[in-house]
Amino acid sequence: MRKVVLILGATSAIARAAAGEFAEQGYDVYLAGRDAEELARIAADLAIRYRIKAGWGIFAAESLSDHGRFFAQAISNMGEMDGVVLAMGYLGDPIAARNFDTGGAEVILINFTAAASILGHCANYLEARKQGFIIGIGSVAGDRGRQSNYTYGAAKGALALYLQGLRNRLYDSGVRVITVKPGFVDTAMTYGMPGLFLVATPQYVGRRIVTALHKSADVIYVPNFWRYIMWIIRLIPEPVFKRLKL
Amino acid sequence: MGNQAGVLKCSMSGWGRFPVEECESVRPERYRDLTASAGRQIARGQGRSYGDAALGKRVILTERVNRLLAFDAVAGVLRAEAGVTLAEVLAAIMPHGWFLPVTPGTQWASLGGCVAADVHGKNHHHDGTFGQHVLELEMILADASRVTCSATKNQALFWATIGGMGLTGIIGEVNLKLRRIGSSYLRVRHHPAKNLAQTFALFGDPGLDDQYSVAWIDCLAGGKQLGRSILMCAHHAAPEELPAALQGSAAVGTSRSVAFDLAAAVLNPLTIQLFNAVYYHRQGNKRAPYFAHYDHYFYPLDRIADWNRLYGKRGFVQYQCVVPEAGALTAVSALLQTVSQSRRPSFLAVLKRLGVQNAALLSFPLAGYTLALDIPMRDRGVFDLLRTLDAIVLQHGGRVYLAKDAVLTPQTFRAMYPRYRDWQRIKQAVDPAHGFESSLSRRLGMGYA
Repeated sequence: MRKVVLILGATSAIARAAAGEFAEQGYDVYLAGRDAEELARIAADLAIRYRIKAGWGIFAAESLSDHGRFFAQAISNMGEMDGVVLAMGYLGDPIAARNFDTGGAEVILINFTAAASILGHCANYLEARKQGFIIGIGSVAGDRGRQSNYTYGAAKGALALYLQGLRNRLYDSGVRVITVKPGFVDTAMTYGMPGLFLVATPQYVGRRIVTALHKSADVIYVPNFWRYIMWIIRLIPEPVFKRLKL
Repeated sequence: MGNQAGVLKCSMSGWGRFPVEECESVRPERYRDLTASAGRQIARGQGRSYGDAALGKRVILTERVNRLLAFDAVAGVLRAEAGVTLAEVLAAIMPHGWFLPVTPGTQWASLGGCVAADVHGKNHHHDGTFGQHVLELEMILADASRVTCSATKNQALFWATIGGMGLTGIIGEVNLKLRRIGSSYLRVRHHPAKNLAQTFALFGDPGLDDQYSVAWIDCLAGGKQLGRSILMCAHHAAPEELPAALQGSAAVGTSRSVAFDLAAAVLNPLTIQLFNAVYYHRQGNKRAPYFAHYDHYFYPLDRIADWNRLYGKRGFVQYQCVVPEAGALTAVSALLQTVSQSRRPSFLAVLKRLGVQNAALLSFPLAGYTLALDIPMRDRGVFDLLRTLDAIVLQHGGRVYLAKDAVLTPQTFRAMYPRYRDWQRIKQAVDPAHGFESSLSRRLGMGYA
């Protein structure tokens, strides 16, 4: 029996790498995103390279009421679903995102509200099957609010809490829920950005996402040292932290 | 700092690590973002051209626009985005019994780069260049339009793009006709030659000819031994040719990295003469045919990751020229003598017989012999040597390979490429504002009269 994984937000470099890693493991994939041309190209690529079945469908994250129909269509296209990778994300312009009327609402909608909405449908399905996995890609930005991108950070932080709750709920039904927190990744989102350090490749993040399934950790940082960096950052007392320019 | 979002300023070079230039780079991930902006730019695949062909004010990295789009395993046709490497293509097509119709000496080149340089391989005398196996291209032109071209549709654009060094537009997609093979192995035979005349005689012997042929030249051997070589001929082995031990096996090569810059001083006439002498005797003594995995046969240097670092920080120039059949022996002899007398050690010297010139206006190959030499950039004296070599090539009606060049002058270039005027008219028509410009094209004034 072949396994199938749903990739939400499949056109990002991290998602494409993760899909490739799953395909290499023999999974069929169903790619969801809003860019039909890109989805078709990535699906064709995965099917040729890994000789798997790669389907795709348009997923409009902001249309929450459409999520149920979308998920049902994905199931009917692929026959079944063994797991989900939530890779969609929207950084936006951090300054504009300070206010909801200039972009903040969209950042919260895509990174948290829509993510929670579609994962709700996935969770119900997997809970009923009593197996499978949900892998959510959060961000180290969600570990502590900082002036540079706190709207994005708040949404990713909320997503991490939501995944934590799902993990607790789905434990008894044998469904794994894994939170992945990448640091800086070499993608279109960060290309040319000043002040980056210890940048990981999308391939590395993709590989870690898939290997996490064979390990026991519930929350992984990619690369690992971000766990310690963020541990230190969380330890800084708020009276000190609020004075920092981060 | 000073970077704007999506644009990275960095120093870049070609594979020869000379010259090094400050460039702005962008790296699209979506096909529709693979497009020209205002100003001057050039697409860069894997940076495997040696000189300044993939350098410029702004460089568009195509490495992430690298999807395989359609593969007909029955007809042997692959359509892919041009940023994909030959290695990735091989990984997908080999299991189905297909191979590249023409391959350069590295599998880390991009499809787009192979088209732009109209690369050739050891089978040029039978199968022509890479571009001759391209069924169709999708180009992204300066006005952002997507245009398909082939030998029957928009032919002018097609033959100006093949070998056109990326200057007609961005090569977006390549539709390639593949070669059917019976195994992953090649049946190889070595034929030693004591001097250049004998080398030419071997090349001309129809009894020795095979699908692939190339001669490795010990270019430090002088005097009566000038041009002593080993002619290596091969073809894809049919399954029934293979010894039992190899049937059904698929050995995969590994790579190791030269982790540091070897000091330029380590490569001197003595150490290289020693290497060449040992290599000549070892390889020359392999008289019986043997079977080589395609990885070892076609891509020996890929097995030494970053072998270009062997020449140290100052880099090197790979000088590759072709001279027409008539007078080739005199010309190659003069070239080898000049290099030998200059006491500038060349690690690698390769001679190959080429077949007829194709319809691509700036394509390098022509019926004759091509010689390739690595020349380390040790001092400015190298330029004098290269000018001397250029003069010999020009005098014999030959030309230098743009994909490897870093030093030609606009005048010499025009004299070497007599079809340049025709190419320039097409360039003028598709890119009148010179939006596509590389450091190579700026140096040679390509696109201008």
